[in-house]
Amino acid sequence: MQQRLSWAETVTYGFIGLAVFLGVWYALPTIGLVPQQFLPSPVTVLNRMVVLMTQPFAGATLPAHIGYSFIRFFTGFLLAALIGIPLGLIMGWFRVVDEIVAPIFDGLRFIAPIAWVPFAALWFGTGVGGPVMIIFAGAFPPCVINAYRGAKQVDPQLIEAAEMLGTGHLRMMTEILLPASVPSIVAGLRVAAGLGWQSLVGAELIVASTGVGFMMVQAQGNVATSTVMCGMVAIGIVGLIIDMLLRRGEEAIRRRRGLAE
Amino acid sequence: MRNRKTIIGLGAILGVVVLWFALSRWFGIIPASRFPTPADFWDALKQIELRGYAGSRLHDHAWHSLRLIVISFIVAVGTGVPLGLLMGWNRKAEALINPVFTLIRPIPPLAWIPLAILWLGLGDAAKVMVIWFAAFVPSVINAHAGVRNIDKSVIEAARMLGTPPFRLVTEVILPGALPMIFTGLRLSLQASWTTLVAAELVGALVGIGFVLNVAQQDIYPAMILVGMLTAGVLGWFTTFILGLVEKSVLSWSVRGRA
Repeated sequence: MQQRLSWAETVTYGFIGLAVFLGVWYALPTIGLVPQQFLPSPVTVLNRMVVLMTQPFAGATLPAHIGYSFIRFFTGFLLAALIGIPLGLIMGWFRVVDEIVAPIFDGLRFIAPIAWVPFAALWFGTGVGGPVMIIFAGAFPPCVINAYRGAKQVDPQLIEAAEMLGTGHLRMMTEILLPASVPSIVAGLRVAAGLGWQSLVGAELIVASTGVGFMMVQAQGNVATSTVMCGMVAIGIVGLIIDMLLRRGEEAIRRRRGLAE
Repeated sequence: MRNRKTIIGLGAILGVVVLWFALSRWFGIIPASRFPTPADFWDALKQIELRGYAGSRLHDHAWHSLRLIVISFIVAVGTGVPLGLLMGWNRKAEALINPVFTLIRPIPPLAWIPLAILWLGLGDAAKVMVIWFAAFVPSVINAHAGVRNIDKSVIEAARMLGTPPFRLVTEVILPGALPMIFTGLRLSLQASWTTLVAAELVGALVGIGFVLNVAQQDIYPAMILVGMLTAGVLGWFTTFILGLVEKSVLSWSVRGRA
């Protein structure tokens, strides 16, 4: 392995990399090597973004589309956490439940969340319910798996002490397993949020009448490449913000538990 | 104890099948317009395999999707792993590429689908582009991390013994990073399937996702189930093959044997 670069070198190289990337992106359409309709320059995309802030496209402005998408995401994510975490803990505590649920769960996991789209549309419609189900399908497995792993990794001495003191099943789960597996659960939530957000975008591309994904499909139909790219940027930024918030939470919890590196 | 686990597991799957028969067929609690009965499912399976549905027969759809996955996966891994290794080894390359990579990475692969269709149309090329994107990122990240996790003293020992750079890469760096690389490959494969199904659902002319798309428009629940299960079986099959490859390549590592 080579020596670490100094801070100044890292910044310089990073700047060169970004400059080349943005420069090529800017130059290709500007000097006419690639038509603007095929690849709009970053400036065009930025301008388009400003316009979309106030002017509606596909029925709503960009912030409104983001709002619709986010509400769906939040609902599906919350449902996945509220059902997935208890299920994972129950599987971690009762071996019979684990043995019954695990094979079914493992079988279903090979079906991509996005493959649920047709059934989601059939069962819950294309408004809010259908996309929410897809987010749920994406975010559910990491919630279950991490709660399960957390519950399995609890110090056996804690469990034995609680058992000796006559703790019932319910209190064992809420007062021993749940608090002890919080770090693992929060790590799972971060994975779940990433997968859920990406599933939502997919669902909106296929079935929805609002949201960023829908806006992008409409833009694709109109060959409005700059609007498609605005959608991509918006999706990236919102995804990044969600991840950052959850990472903050994860770090805070790890610090409180004395697990910080 | 393994026995008990297998028996309960098989019992659970059998239970689901019985429940399916019971709810849809015998008691009619689930309406056939929402979820197919086992008989509907069987009929749909026969129809698509014998007479064809959405333009082709089932094995043609499946083969088309599988071929796309394999091609795109190999292209993505073939470009992603070397880039990851380079970024792990060469600090300057890392500093140069990392910011651009960080800029593009938050955009989920599925969000590239409309752009891919605009650029390359509804054919295979657009799918390869999107899947490449989905599988590329985990390959790069894990190869990068794999190089960084190699014990420094091993590299120094190799250097001290005068190992030429080429042999250092092929005999120290690559094997050292392999366990992590395979972790990345498994993630890449999973992402590839999700992306392919989504891309075919958005726009395609053949493939498993296209079957799902047509079945959805026809409101044909039995065919939706056929498509979903086929996608699941194909996903399982490719994961299984990758597992075999990993085991034979990593037979020397503890992880590979586990």
